Amino acid sequence: MSTVIKAEDLGKKYIIGHRKLRYRGSLRDAVTHTARATWQRIRHPLSPNRESLDLEELWALKDVNFEVQQGDRIGIIGRNGAGKSTLLKILSRITEPTTGRVHIKGRVSSLLEVGTGFHPELSGRENIFLNGAILGMTRQEIKRKFDEIVAFADLEKFLDTPVKRYSSGMYVRLAFAVAAHLEPEILIVDEVLAVGDVAFQKKCLGKMDEVAKAGRTVLFVSHNMAAVSALCKSGVLIEEGRLVEKGEADDVVRTYLRVLENKASEPIQHRKDRGGNQSVQILDIWVDRSNSDRVSTLKCGDQISIKLSYDANQAEGPLSFVINVYNELNQRVLGFHSDKNPVAWPQAGVAQCDLCEPLHLRPGRYGVNAAVFSNGALADHVPNALIFEVVDGDFCGAGRLPNKNQPMFLVPNKWGLVRR
Amino acid sequence: MDEIIIEPNKTLKRCWQELWAYRELFYFLAWKDILARYKQTVIGIAWSVIRPLLSMVILSIIFGGIAKLPSDNIPYPILVCAAILPWQFFSNTLGVSGNSLISNRNMITKVYFPRIIIPSAAMVVSLVDFLISFVILLCSMLWYGFYPNWKVIVLPLLLLLAALTSLGVGYWIASLNVKYRDFHHIVPFMIRFGLYASPVGFSSNVVPEKWRLLYSLNPMVGVIDGFRWALLGKEVSLYPPGFLLSIGLAIMLFITGALFFTKTERKFADII
Repeated sequence: MSTVIKAEDLGKKYIIGHRKLRYRGSLRDAVTHTARATWQRIRHPLSPNRESLDLEELWALKDVNFEVQQGDRIGIIGRNGAGKSTLLKILSRITEPTTGRVHIKGRVSSLLEVGTGFHPELSGRENIFLNGAILGMTRQEIKRKFDEIVAFADLEKFLDTPVKRYSSGMYVRLAFAVAAHLEPEILIVDEVLAVGDVAFQKKCLGKMDEVAKAGRTVLFVSHNMAAVSALCKSGVLIEEGRLVEKGEADDVVRTYLRVLENKASEPIQHRKDRGGNQSVQILDIWVDRSNSDRVSTLKCGDQISIKLSYDANQAEGPLSFVINVYNELNQRVLGFHSDKNPVAWPQAGVAQCDLCEPLHLRPGRYGVNAAVFSNGALADHVPNALIFEVVDGDFCGAGRLPNKNQPMFLVPNKWGLVRR
Repeated sequence: MDEIIIEPNKTLKRCWQELWAYRELFYFLAWKDILARYKQTVIGIAWSVIRPLLSMVILSIIFGGIAKLPSDNIPYPILVCAAILPWQFFSNTLGVSGNSLISNRNMITKVYFPRIIIPSAAMVVSLVDFLISFVILLCSMLWYGFYPNWKVIVLPLLLLLAALTSLGVGYWIASLNVKYRDFHHIVPFMIRFGLYASPVGFSSNVVPEKWRLLYSLNPMVGVIDGFRWALLGKEVSLYPPGFLLSIGLAIMLFITGALFFTKTERKFADII
């Protein structure tokens, strides 16, 4: 087996932060900014460079080294903002690394690119050629596979219709059909499980399997840990731009889950991975059940309230809170917004969100993201601020536990016969 | 299997290799632009004839009829038409290529290919438009019984000069536009202003002799004078220093534009 991807000391730096506030990228801003900076220079030639104080460097990736063997199926995991997308962007050459280099043998293509460059006014036939060319196929190749692509997409009748008249399903089918016939040596699958319908996701996964069986290499990025351990042989874990672990997929997934839990058990005040302008701070968040405080395990059907303590001493304007609950597949299953009931929130306190109905989530692990807005601007945001587990409850009320293959929500229901 | 090396600061040689490897994409993008240009229009490709025709009529009336500028014994419509063709080629290329990166941003943020293909492909559409609208010139020359002499064979070279100029300016604007959206507003103004600053509606002989060289700093002056010289026979003479200056400027614009583009290209996906 030979090495198809070899990354050495890969790093990517972005300039963010304070400078952006003043320098938003219009020509006028650039000119005034430069003029001001130059004037400062002239007036205080010996003072430390103010410019460098204003700049904030963010290493989205740093010192990343890894090798991928041919035919490997490798899962890339990490939290949002850990640097996975940046890594993929570098591997697919969309953006250049700041340091280091990557050697890649063979054609790289990504299932995220489905439909890239489709022109709405052009017909399906024309778009197949166009899209194929953009994804890197030669004209001969497209001609050879044209019939296959059309058959796969099942769109023979609409070949000469402009794609702007296609339904969204047809559009995705056509786009995917082209991407599926690319035959890349290296396939990147980025979070496809989050977009498209179930059939589309299945097709993507099927395609991945097929590609891997043909001895080609697959890089799979997902928040769905079950899919990663099922589909990948090996995995790498990226945390804050660094590659922290590589090895067997199952081991890496386990490490990742442990990292997540550690994060959630860390006091929220000490968490660094927060967003917003920090004019408000979320101090803590917890779940109360009807008769017990701060629970981490819930029974399906429990009556709960989510509480959030905050400090808004530096905030101006009205506050609003947003709480979102995500399942293991990183799908948002619940969302609560405090604007529903206007409350004059004090400078500091505890906000409470009571769920008026018993919670009938299917058993599993759930992550809670909390955010505070002040005057309409994001003030604080803590991803995975809390993780709780829902276990099987006595849902049916008949002393029976529901089985494992449950739907996402369980709603109390009653059955009977309609009398005519 | 070919090996790709991804690292900061691509070499110029690699740029050329890639450009060659992606030549088919260039063809496809140009083909797409041509196909899409007149979709869902009733008279379709006739627009490429009607637009220059109307401009010709209007400019002839304003400059020839109302302002009564001298035309050196050439029928005014022909004088204008010979200039409108390269001017429209230039302004169309500039308008489309300057905006091309922004309008293709979904491609830029998702797939890799040498970005310079996008603004360059935009030129091909203008070229096709140019060839179609050439019919107007031929017709009006026939109408006035005005036949070109041997000098007409230089025309392709002059067209190349126009292409270099418009691509050079197009590359500059396209790459600046990625970061500074101001150019989105500047370009239409530049084009409108340029129409009057270039000798489109009048012969450049109306410019006083001592200002001619300065006037030739506008690279389109050389292109338009060249077109008139090649098409309108012995009635028109060329102003050599100005023409050479224009050629030099066009080449310089093209080279600096392409270099600036390839230098800023790697940041496009991050800031677009």
